[in-house]
Amino acid sequence: MTTTDIRPQTGRSAAVRRPSRLLRNLSSKVAMLPLIFTALVIFLGGTIWTVVYSFTKSGLLPRLSWAGLDQYERLWSSRKWIVSIENLAVYGVFSLIGTLVIGFTLAALLDRKIRGEAVFRSIFLYPFALSFIVTGLVWQWILNPELGLQHVVRGMGFESFTFDPLNNPNIVMFGLLIAGLWQGTGLIMCIMLAGLRGIDDDIWKAARVDGIGTVKTYIRIIIPMMRPVFVTSLVLIAAGIVKLYDLVVAQTSGGPGISSEVPAKYVMTAMFGGQNLGQGFAASTMMLLMVVIILIPWAYLEFGGKRRG
Amino acid sequence: MANIGMLNAANAVTMPLGRTLPEGPRGKKPRKRLSRGNIIVYGTLFVVALYYALPLYVMIVTSLKGMPEIRMGNIFAPPLEITFEPWVKAWKEACTGINCDGLSRGFSNSVRILIPSVILSVAIASVNGYALSMWKFRGSEVFFTILMIGAFIPYQVMLYPIVILLREAGLYGSLTGLVLVHVAFGMPINTLLFRNYFASIPEELFKAARVDGAGFWAIFFKIILPMSLPICVVAFIIQVTGIWNDFLFGVTYISSPDRYPMTVQLNNIVNSVQGVKEYNVNMAATLLTGLVPLVIYFASGKLFVRGIAAGAVKG
Amino acid sequence: MTIQNPSVSIKHLDLAFGAVKVLQNLNLEIADGEFLVLLGSSGCGKSTLLNVIAGLLEPTDGQIWIKGENVTWAEPSERGIGMVFQSYALYPQMTVEGNLTFGLKNAKVPKDEIARRVARAAEILQIEPLLKRKPGALSGGQRQRVAIGRALVRDVEVFLFDEPLSNLDAKLRADLRVELKRLHNNLKNTMIYVTHDQVEAMTLADRIAIMKGGKIMQLGTPAEIYGKPQNLYVADFIGSPSMTFFKGTLKGDVIAIPGHDLPLGNYDFKERPADGTPAIIGIRPEHVMTGDNLRSAPCTTEVTVDLVEPMGSDTLVYCEFGGETFRIRMDGQAQVTPGDRLTIGIDPAAASLFDTESEVRL
Repeated sequence: MTTTDIRPQTGRSAAVRRPSRLLRNLSSKVAMLPLIFTALVIFLGGTIWTVVYSFTKSGLLPRLSWAGLDQYERLWSSRKWIVSIENLAVYGVFSLIGTLVIGFTLAALLDRKIRGEAVFRSIFLYPFALSFIVTGLVWQWILNPELGLQHVVRGMGFESFTFDPLNNPNIVMFGLLIAGLWQGTGLIMCIMLAGLRGIDDDIWKAARVDGIGTVKTYIRIIIPMMRPVFVTSLVLIAAGIVKLYDLVVAQTSGGPGISSEVPAKYVMTAMFGGQNLGQGFAASTMMLLMVVIILIPWAYLEFGGKRRG
Repeated sequence: MANIGMLNAANAVTMPLGRTLPEGPRGKKPRKRLSRGNIIVYGTLFVVALYYALPLYVMIVTSLKGMPEIRMGNIFAPPLEITFEPWVKAWKEACTGINCDGLSRGFSNSVRILIPSVILSVAIASVNGYALSMWKFRGSEVFFTILMIGAFIPYQVMLYPIVILLREAGLYGSLTGLVLVHVAFGMPINTLLFRNYFASIPEELFKAARVDGAGFWAIFFKIILPMSLPICVVAFIIQVTGIWNDFLFGVTYISSPDRYPMTVQLNNIVNSVQGVKEYNVNMAATLLTGLVPLVIYFASGKLFVRGIAAGAVKG
Repeated sequence: MTIQNPSVSIKHLDLAFGAVKVLQNLNLEIADGEFLVLLGSSGCGKSTLLNVIAGLLEPTDGQIWIKGENVTWAEPSERGIGMVFQSYALYPQMTVEGNLTFGLKNAKVPKDEIARRVARAAEILQIEPLLKRKPGALSGGQRQRVAIGRALVRDVEVFLFDEPLSNLDAKLRADLRVELKRLHNNLKNTMIYVTHDQVEAMTLADRIAIMKGGKIMQLGTPAEIYGKPQNLYVADFIGSPSMTFFKGTLKGDVIAIPGHDLPLGNYDFKERPADGTPAIIGIRPEHVMTGDNLRSAPCTTEVTVDLVEPMGSDTLVYCEFGGETFRIRMDGQAQVTPGDRLTIGIDPAAASLFDTESEVRL
């Protein structure tokens, strides 16, 4: 058989030699330049820069005059920062528990092969499409003491009913929590529902054959099987909690007084409001530290365990 | 083994016997609907659904009432007299500081930020995902890992260095600068999304195309891209809602109030201290701002769910 | 054995992923027009070798020559190869015609030439009616034909097949196997074919290379591989069910296995080892004689039947012999039941002897 070669004749001699490492896959490297820039310069470089400058006297402008741990000492002796951390802790604990419990319960209810599942799911999830600004403003309005929920309940005859979290420093974080849970549980419900749907039907059949009740099956069999889903949810919720900012700005602006301040807001005020960059850098480095403390056990469980197993 | 044998034997004996019995099925017949368990399930779902739907309802009814009616009445009551004036006012006249030309300005800013950000994000993320799944090179996974870790770092840590970068590039305060920031911060999740999607495409397809003489870009445009419409839609949804809803970057990287995106402007309108509070205008403005993601959400349906699930549950 | 003007030659090829050596100092020459099958179990490196030949994987060391050109570092499309994949790997959004012409368009082949080649390939493979359809609308067998067509239109010297029939059901697989053989007879191209299926290997190959752990264990014609396996691995791998192996010791002209002395008579030794050498004798189930054939047997003995597997065309009989479970193939009509006494005959000329230590054929 005669064959017509479809090989281009040029560049054949070059094929004999091994191409240099740098030039190999060149298009791929060029195409990834935006990613490489983002990863190295913005994410890695930016983080290192901020951590380094948190040890300086930077005020209005960043400058490299070392201050040792001064910024951190000032930070931790600031009443506002301590309140911010306490608030975040309260919000964090309740938000974690609340989101997981509500998210899983709703998912389990939706998983009972009910009618109108799609309608319920759309209702539970739509708040997630809305911004924290919108969320904060709506709940600010609903919780308005003169015209909102409190007013309506009093109008129904319960004259002494009092629910005014946004003006009560003791419970203002719960006012934020109501809005935060409203916005975020839908996502966790969806993830949990996907996890539940991923469980083999045979497990349910086996449980029925063994005569185990529905609730007990969930608690003893299904939840332990969904450990990875719970871990993912936990990390997502935790990462969201640390970022808590927009909701506070919209709903309470940190008030009354400083009673609903959070770390992210402290950073923003120090950096862009107070022209106190060093404080902002130190505070944001502390936020980074929090995330690291959350992430390292997770990464260890997720990846370290796998390698050993 | 013995057990199975015995079970089979037992079946063999009882089966024909059962068939000759005149009785029907034994035990009480389980009733299909409205058992007590079902009432609890539906009841709970219904009450919770009310809680979730309530704010949207309140937003709508408040925005359709006049201020006198709001001051006198009940926040949950439907409007006695429907008026669209608050909507008109929110769109055209609401004040933020000195500007009194309504949310329309913020809307057009948001659109001008949104369109290039979304197009660029999806384009870059799809190429990244493609390169990462099919043209790996030494170090490509390292860059990707750094990018993914970056997604967990609080934004506050990187805010100021980016101010410096943008200032050096002469883009600080401009819409272009904000677009670039959105592209950078949208990169981890979308790259992950595309990478995982492309990883599910059979490797042999890619090999066949290489034997057929197609290079990096030819394979991408002629083979891979035509196959990735669903994932592009998912990335599109994630980016549109994410960028539209952003507040932090808008307030940080836009220096002049007349370039603020809609969320920032909305917050300034509603939380401004001066003047009488017009709750109906505020709620109309809030609804207007929420409209774009809500429309995306209700129009995309299952894809939205798929998108957030794909984004959230790492592949 | 050296081949004059080999079509493909592989010289001292090494491939390692980190510390894992997938291919080790591999040498192979493939003659023009030869059908070579790379056979082995999964993970033996056969597909890796094919991918290196195609240029889809880069070797760590060594060279690949195709048609007298060193193509070690050439792009896959510049090597003059066509490749057919296990999953067909058809471009889903293109029609059959689009699939066939994609490579030619990339190579900027003139339009009329493309049309000529597509027409020819479509005729050979009888896929003319499918040209305007998309792969999703084709059956598995049709897809595989199109995949072969895609290699065919390239008009190349060497065809590479990576388990092309593994995704098909048994009947279709047998049909396409015959067609592939016919195709090779007509085209006379060099074909390198990877499979884990020994029936495909035996039926298609001019020569088979059996691989294990990145090395070639034996290279030879199907008859050589089957009749004179060069080592214990190949002997055990080829044949289904495989040979029964008995451990023993060489003594004069017999091998002593537990309870029996098997005469070696006319066994074709490469080199007669010394008496007392420990050895392994392997006997294929189909080489055990029963019934009428017994008359020609150099040695006979009696065994008790343990288990019978009737398979229609033939019957497998298991019995205890020499400390092993001895597998015997009888014809399909054989009437045997467990517990029967059965006289069997063994021909040492058809058996294989291996050194216990080195596992190499004696």
